[in-house]
Amino acid sequence: MAREATARSSSGDGVETLAHASAFGGGPPPPSQAEPVISNARLGLMMFIGAEVMFFAGLIGAFLVLRLSSEVWPPPAQPRLPVWITGFNTVVLLCSGLAMHRASLAARLRDRLRLSGWLLATAVLGALFLCIQGYEWVRLIGFGLTMRSGLYGSTFYALIGLHGLHVLGALVWVGVVWFLARQGSYASDQAAGVELCAMYWMFVVALWPVLYGLVYLY
Amino acid sequence: MSEAAASAHADHGHHEPAGFWSHYVFSTDHKMIGRQFLFLGLFMLIIGGTLAMLIRWQLAWPETEVPGMGWVPEPTMYEGIIPPNTYNMLFTMHATIMIFFVVMPVMVGGFGNFLIPIMIGAKDMAFPLLNMLSFWVGAVAGVIMVASFFVVGGAAAGGWTSYTPLTGDAVFTGVNWGINLWVLSLFVLAFSSLMGSINYITTVINMRAPGMTYFRMPLSIWSLFITAILLLLALPVLTAALGMLFFDRVFATNFFLPAGGMPLLWQHLFWFFGHPEVYILVLPAMGVTSDILSVFSRKPIFGYRAMAYSMIAIAFLSWIVWGHHMFLSGMNPLLGTAFMLTTMVIAVPSAIKTFNWLGTLWGGSIRFTVPLLFAIGFVSNFVIGGLSGIFMASTPVDIFIHDTYFIVAHFHYVVAGIIFAMFAAIYFWFPKMFGRMMNSTWGIVHFIGTYIFFNLTFFPMHFLGVGGHMRRIYNPMQYEYLEQFGDMNVFITISAFLLAISQIPFIVNFVWSLFAGEKASENPWEANTLEWSAPSPPPHGNFATTPQVYRGPYEYSVPGVEEDWLPQDRPLGAAAATGH
Repeated sequence: MAREATARSSSGDGVETLAHASAFGGGPPPPSQAEPVISNARLGLMMFIGAEVMFFAGLIGAFLVLRLSSEVWPPPAQPRLPVWITGFNTVVLLCSGLAMHRASLAARLRDRLRLSGWLLATAVLGALFLCIQGYEWVRLIGFGLTMRSGLYGSTFYALIGLHGLHVLGALVWVGVVWFLARQGSYASDQAAGVELCAMYWMFVVALWPVLYGLVYLY
Repeated sequence: MSEAAASAHADHGHHEPAGFWSHYVFSTDHKMIGRQFLFLGLFMLIIGGTLAMLIRWQLAWPETEVPGMGWVPEPTMYEGIIPPNTYNMLFTMHATIMIFFVVMPVMVGGFGNFLIPIMIGAKDMAFPLLNMLSFWVGAVAGVIMVASFFVVGGAAAGGWTSYTPLTGDAVFTGVNWGINLWVLSLFVLAFSSLMGSINYITTVINMRAPGMTYFRMPLSIWSLFITAILLLLALPVLTAALGMLFFDRVFATNFFLPAGGMPLLWQHLFWFFGHPEVYILVLPAMGVTSDILSVFSRKPIFGYRAMAYSMIAIAFLSWIVWGHHMFLSGMNPLLGTAFMLTTMVIAVPSAIKTFNWLGTLWGGSIRFTVPLLFAIGFVSNFVIGGLSGIFMASTPVDIFIHDTYFIVAHFHYVVAGIIFAMFAAIYFWFPKMFGRMMNSTWGIVHFIGTYIFFNLTFFPMHFLGVGGHMRRIYNPMQYEYLEQFGDMNVFITISAFLLAISQIPFIVNFVWSLFAGEKASENPWEANTLEWSAPSPPPHGNFATTPQVYRGPYEYSVPGVEEDWLPQDRPLGAAAATGH
């Protein structure tokens, strides 16, 4: 109906009328409701990751300020952080990111077998990462580095621990997606569930090298 | 949401009301969640206001018995006399409650939820379930905050800014669990805000009705959209800082304690969140004010795009001004100058908004309704608060007035001034929210009382501040040079009591109108935006069919149109045919 009305007026009065119409905000008829460019779920998750980035930015900012204002870092009487084994662990986590990438490719191709295989690989690598980190923590606590041993200990456990919690949460999500993938939930047209999980996993993976560089190497 | 699911919902809401629990308590309907936030905020307003009255009593008649408070057990009060620790608790909790549990729930939670979907022509939020969780998580945060009054040692007493090391260790304030619960409550609230802001942003980006382009959105929606972005990005920084503070308090770490840590770091993190927070509070107030002024001036808003762009500018600048809260913290003077300049720049977009509001009123066919009066009240108080802000932004002046009552006067003109926009919004959207009109005679009485006593309460505080009256002081009479302000403090206190009494007509009017107010028509204010083409109150799903939007929200007094308003969803070829 609206289209007809506008069509009539424009054919009757010509171009000038249309110019007046848009001056009052009238303008051409509205386009029909299109599918959004980015789906709600994906947009929501992107914003959640944005908030997570700000959360870690706050922590990393605090860490940098505290570290730069300390005269000697790491403090002399404290145990050193295990750089090499954590470097290996970094590779483990990056590999899990690669596996997740393959999983989302498989989801797009609707290759159910590969999808669940790569998801399992992601989860196993992620779990291995957490295990190695847990082993490191036990050793460090044995050497006497705790939350209370000055800024060195508290920033280390706060930053690495909060990242570890995020990995744990993401791991649970990967586990659920793996379980659903095995049941064939993503066989049809719905790869979105896998892609969202992949997006969050990639965030957790991408955050790690930053933390490794700042906390262990720098 | 799929079409089928949406229409199923709509059918469901039109007929049988669902069960009590799913309709009123665990509702996923954005309008019900909006009302829940509104009631939560108004309830907390009563608590926060009562705390303010106790503070004022102590300042006017220090260390005397507060009437009617003899029942409060020791050590909170001694036969009605407020001890210093309790005084610290009072101003801490007054600010915390007013900021986090009154202005945010009402303006962002309440009106954000109620208005966003319906003003952009959507049936509901993008994530209705997340929306419900957002309210209930927020309510849990409120319960934790109120519960902190009842733990041993009382509620938090380190100021709402919780500066370390004062709050880093219980020995400094004598409050242990109170501050722990304060931290926990804000931590929980952060999740509520996170869910809310993700929902708002997604809804505005993805759920607009056909034809509702970004620059056809009402300024209320623009303001809530920008607020949600600020909330999404600012609050996690506070969450991180709260986490570290909690570690300091509970696991004896040293992030913010002088022994190895850095007390000043807390101030940086807090104000990095805190300054965007100020705009999180005020932007929605600016948005609803713009809409209300335009409706009752029967004129398009003056400079619509400039209004939207200036809000974006304010939001952007809010990230780089946090240091102006810390001029006296011993920071590098050069850095202080940089913060001074960025802060001064905020005056430009703020002035654009103010002049555009005046430009909207100028030459309009003004209808002096209650919402308009409150909106003008907001603008005028914002001008006073904005101008005093320029004094404080200037480092040399701030050195003199820092942490005095001048600051208290300033932030009450701005933040407590938001209450005018809040009342304007309540009177304006009450018919849509509850389907009944509020009484306008009592509304005018409410406005006159609130406006006069608000100014009598807060304006003299400027003089106190310049005279050197400290911001947080238990008994000003212990200083000889402050004794001259005794009478002024009594005057302010009496005005504050009268300000509180002026709210009685509102409470009575609100409750009475809920049940017995005149039934509201679909569009009682003859306004353009989409919510007014839905029934009052709108059913579940808001619109029978998805509205088509043809124009911007402020087409009032359009030449060639019979009425002086032109709803956004009315198809019209005639306006084009007649021209000017």
